[in-house]
Amino acid sequence: MKNTILHINNGGRAALSDIPAYSYDEFRNEALSLLEEAGRHCVNYFAYPCEGSLRLFMCIADDAAHDVLVFSTIVAEGARLASAAAENHVLERFEREMTEDHGLVFEGHPWAKPVRAKDGYPFFSMEGEELHEVGVGPVHAGVIEPGHFRFICNGEDVLHLEIQLGWQHRGSEALMLGKKRLIERVLIAEGVAGDTAVSHSIAFATVWESLCGFKPSEEVLWARTLAAELERMANHTGDLGAICGDVAYQLGAAVFGRLRTPIVNFSQRWCGNRLGKGNIRPGHAPYAFTPALRLQLLSDLSAYEKDFLEMCDKIQHFPSVLSRLERTGVVSRAQAEAIGAVGMAAKCAGVCRDIRASHPYALYENLEVTPVVKETGDVLARTELRIDEIRQSLALVRTLLENMPSSFGGRLVPSSPAPDSFSIALAEGWRGEICHCAITDGKGELALYKFKDPSFHNWMALALAVRGNEISDFPICNKSFNLSYCGHDL
Amino acid sequence: MFKSLKIFLHNGKQYIPDIRAAKAPGVFRGRPVISTEKVDGEALKDVCPAGAISLSPVSIDLGRCLFCGECEHCFPAKIHFTDDCHLATNVRERLIVREGEDKPIELDKSLIRPEIRKAFRNSLKLRQVSAGGDGSCEAELNATGNVQFDMGRFGIEFAASPRHADGVLVTGPVSANMAEALQLTYDAVSEPKVIILDGTDAISGGMYADSPDVDRSFIENHEIDLYIPGNPAHPLTIINGLLDLTR
Repeated sequence: MKNTILHINNGGRAALSDIPAYSYDEFRNEALSLLEEAGRHCVNYFAYPCEGSLRLFMCIADDAAHDVLVFSTIVAEGARLASAAAENHVLERFEREMTEDHGLVFEGHPWAKPVRAKDGYPFFSMEGEELHEVGVGPVHAGVIEPGHFRFICNGEDVLHLEIQLGWQHRGSEALMLGKKRLIERVLIAEGVAGDTAVSHSIAFATVWESLCGFKPSEEVLWARTLAAELERMANHTGDLGAICGDVAYQLGAAVFGRLRTPIVNFSQRWCGNRLGKGNIRPGHAPYAFTPALRLQLLSDLSAYEKDFLEMCDKIQHFPSVLSRLERTGVVSRAQAEAIGAVGMAAKCAGVCRDIRASHPYALYENLEVTPVVKETGDVLARTELRIDEIRQSLALVRTLLENMPSSFGGRLVPSSPAPDSFSIALAEGWRGEICHCAITDGKGELALYKFKDPSFHNWMALALAVRGNEISDFPICNKSFNLSYCGHDL
Repeated sequence: MFKSLKIFLHNGKQYIPDIRAAKAPGVFRGRPVISTEKVDGEALKDVCPAGAISLSPVSIDLGRCLFCGECEHCFPAKIHFTDDCHLATNVRERLIVREGEDKPIELDKSLIRPEIRKAFRNSLKLRQVSAGGDGSCEAELNATGNVQFDMGRFGIEFAASPRHADGVLVTGPVSANMAEALQLTYDAVSEPKVIILDGTDAISGGMYADSPDVDRSFIENHEIDLYIPGNPAHPLTIINGLLDLTR
């Protein structure tokens, strides 16, 4: 085994033997010192059971060098280890996950609680005559997924929110190993978060192709990039409608709600599914993008853009909407960095973290995306970020349509992953950074598959955002993040 | 004020006038038609990730089908997904489409409990429970309430509490962690009440059917009033299914 840290590109593959294995103390010190530097953050940290012990892999993205640093350590099952999260909170949920899944004990962990297990969850509590607790969920008032929220309030003001997740746990990572056919795995990856089917399938396709040593064609990458931007537009538009709905601004709710339709309907015209399921497959683009589709999309977009901009102009200058969004649910830059927030939650708090720019995949290198960054960290920032990202996606989609491929190639399906290998893929879904990691055994069979949705980090951002807000502002705070429950629970 | 009026004017009328006759635009993977062409049955069965295809006769169970289109890609002469979005039924067996058949999927109206027609004909309030749903079915359920599909015009809406509801609409394979919450929510709805399964995951468990983290006992132990297939089910499939059930 080599002793130097492995540097791997987004979508790269490496032999397991090229990943150094340090002693746990060295490993922990190395991780903590690397993470101290700005422009580096942990994209994944997980345990891989092999030969009766556990090998822990640390994956740290380096934005300036555009690569990912990977190193490991081997520890005994059930080992008691000094918590790294005690010194850097970014790692807290990763350690909790390893405790839950593999029985590792991280001594000194600041918040050692279950991640997905339901029973015996130890809620934080406070004593005080003025205080009361409010429990919400798992079944919520709206048509959304389940989670339990426990507020500690002083009158109307929220002092503390604890979010207990895991209700949606379906065993996705175990199924990725149990199901042996590629199409089965594709569908599980698509279902990690059904509203992010495109970006999660892109990450899976990238990992699978990389393991198989397969390089997808430019045309296939073109189709993926286009599908990812349409997914971003559709979800951001729907969220803007929902945000308007939560501040009781019916016109905005109705107009943004209806503007999502032409985008998802276009996805259906293209691939037969409004949420883009079925559009991304390893190796090939199953649905050719025809000149007729191009004309349809251009006309859909110009109709969309006119009504969209008019509605945005209205809400951005409408005092009764703005007063509900401004200074509500603030996440500071320091908080975002401390919890390792990604995607919208990070970008709205002044942390420039966008995989399309820092670790470009598909065709993003040519498109040169400049991340939208907001400074105020409030609901307004998360609203305006969506508006700006939609405008940016409109431009990206039009650029892509100018360079449309004439054919999309045949139905290539990569098979036979390389043995004893590691692969990692990052993608910027509409919520933020998605990370998939895979490890193969000596026969080239999948031995580990790790999903990570941006929600894994960002639920903590929501918990921090509502502190000091009225409990009645919780819905608007929640909606402004619109995090995935199933993407977290897997 | 003038800005708002202009927005009203520019958006015009958005609602779909005739939901019953409306078609999903472009390609839609709806009710499949299976030709009588001879193919390698085992190979056909093997492309399906969900175990939805059976042989002799070749059939697709839409309660298991994830509408991924893989069988149509591999056997285009054998399988074709039509744009028929009327897929909901109250009889589980009717979700099975056999080769050589090309007939609509309908409810067996004789099996609908009389109290459903009596109580919910003009108003049906549902409590939605996502139990391992992947967020896509939930997104489409929300879309049924937008100004285009406007399900509210039929008096069908989602209620915030089971205490205000006439039944539960379940999405997802029912994760073990949600099994108790689903049962409690159902118990909190007063009689008469309905159970509706929305999406393939809810109907059969989909890709998660054999996961140890899924607990299907609620589904197995209760009479189901409506199955709405899809991955996710299209808003037109949902609304037309609910209309067929109640009127």
